[in-house]
Amino acid sequence: MNRVKRYDPDKVFDVVNTIVMVILFLIVLYPLFFVAIASVSDPNLVNSGKVILWPKGFNLDAYQHILTNANILNGYKNSVIYTFVWTAIAVCVTVPAGYALSRKDLPMRKTATMFFVFVMYFQGGLVPTYLVVKQLNLLDTMWAVILPTCVSVFNLIVCRTFFEGTMSDELLDAARVDGVTNLKYFFQIALPLSKAIIAIMILFYAIQQWNSYFDAMIYLNSKDKFPLQVVLKDILIQAQMNSSGAFGDAESVAAMQRIAELVKYSSIIVASLPMLILYPFVQKYFVKGIMIGSVKG
Amino acid sequence: MHKGHPIKKKRWRNLDLYLLLIPAIIQVLIFRYWPIAGIQIAFKNFSAKKGIWGSSWVGLKHFMMFFQSYNFWEVLGNTLTLSLAMLLFSFPIPFLFALFLNRLMNARFKKVLQTVSYAPYFISTVVLVGMLYSFFSMDSGLINLIIGKMGGESVNFMGKASCFVPLYVGSAIWQTMGYNAVIYIAALTNVSPEIYEAARIDGATKLQSILHIDIPALLPTMLILLIMQLGQIMNIGYEKVYLMQNALNLSSSEIISTYVYKLGLQQARYDFSTAVNLFNTVINFILLIIVNRVSKKASGSSLW
Repeated sequence: MNRVKRYDPDKVFDVVNTIVMVILFLIVLYPLFFVAIASVSDPNLVNSGKVILWPKGFNLDAYQHILTNANILNGYKNSVIYTFVWTAIAVCVTVPAGYALSRKDLPMRKTATMFFVFVMYFQGGLVPTYLVVKQLNLLDTMWAVILPTCVSVFNLIVCRTFFEGTMSDELLDAARVDGVTNLKYFFQIALPLSKAIIAIMILFYAIQQWNSYFDAMIYLNSKDKFPLQVVLKDILIQAQMNSSGAFGDAESVAAMQRIAELVKYSSIIVASLPMLILYPFVQKYFVKGIMIGSVKG
Repeated sequence: MHKGHPIKKKRWRNLDLYLLLIPAIIQVLIFRYWPIAGIQIAFKNFSAKKGIWGSSWVGLKHFMMFFQSYNFWEVLGNTLTLSLAMLLFSFPIPFLFALFLNRLMNARFKKVLQTVSYAPYFISTVVLVGMLYSFFSMDSGLINLIIGKMGGESVNFMGKASCFVPLYVGSAIWQTMGYNAVIYIAALTNVSPEIYEAARIDGATKLQSILHIDIPALLPTMLILLIMQLGQIMNIGYEKVYLMQNALNLSSSEIISTYVYKLGLQQARYDFSTAVNLFNTVINFILLIIVNRVSKKASGSSLW
């Protein structure tokens, strides 16, 4: 057999593709890696560009500083509380509602679905929502961060789609013959079969709340109620923004910049710690959740 | 047999299902529909004393003021520029990433790369922008250190109007590429291996089979995502923009939603900023309906 091939286009493709993907891999990973090594290096070496591939001047001062910084610790505590309470309420409200909407024999099902879907595309906006929160006397309480956002219509639709796909009509019919009511059916039969969607919802909601800052920024005034993200915003962004040319009260800015210089990398790691711990689970369920969600509402 | 139609006979028989819905309905009524009723202050002279319903009507005064204000075109232009840049760059990249990732020969590297690629998605906006400030800072940022080592001048990336859109879009791609590719990657696993095999036997190269098998397989998914994106074009979130904003890049970073925030909550001009927001919402809503109708006609796919 004589092969007269000057070059194999598929081989070229494979080589080029692999090279491009390795570069992409490095682009995605390197910033994360850099944050990690910079957080345990001597800040002076980091700031002069000596830390590139491995930590230099290894020390844990930055982490020690975080552990003694009252604002960060308090923010951490608040974030944990808000995330737990918010996620618990959100999941308890969303999952049953999603189930009800998934039932084809729900009276006025179309109207009920439209009632929810409409607000996904048409919102009152920032100020009218703020005025409602104000009128309810929720300003500067943790409920201002929790109640206004605790039902995500998107997640509701994800739940509905999940139940539509997994719960069989035969099972329902059989239960009915035995005289099981709808509520009993949901709590005793449907729910135990739906651990996957509960896990997905907990993840979706918990991640969203842990990472959010805006509602807390506009609704909360007392510093001791700030969640971690708002504390980080003040340290990481305000301080560095000022070094980029915007101006503020000189003394407090200088103080904040000193803290920022110390903790700007370690605080990122600390803030992302829950995500890092959850990542193996997140991974498994997140992909599943995205897939259910991608089926149109 | 009436087995299939027990519903018709007792139309209200499943009313108890509403017990499961009531908490969600109450939440949505209070925190979604009540604010929608509050939109009326866009047409009123809002006074805190008289409240939303008691304030006097002023018609389209606030809208006129917005259209005539000196920064109307700037704010509108910035919003559209940012959205279109996102559409142009951030939208196709996950698609391409999925296509080529799918063709990686080394299965282990493929898996690792996919897992790593959506890790940045879990980083919060605050942390992401904090990282931007660290990496691109004038005196100690990694990027400027590299530029300096190569003999260039330091650039104040975060405080330069022309850098705002590239930084916003670039960091968005970095953060969401892997996450947005998940749907495409899953769609590709649905393509039956026999089709690839047949194409290979017919002498198609890998590039050809990407063009003629993979891309057509992904097109319906991409179309739905495109409609959704087009329908959100004026809805770019304020969370990240607000954090990236500073006095120096404001001329390209002030978009409608951050403008609404500043006027509304920082300067307490409730009525005017609600009008600005309503303008945005209505345009967006109309756009969504048009796009949806067009796509329904053209391809049969629609959002509702």
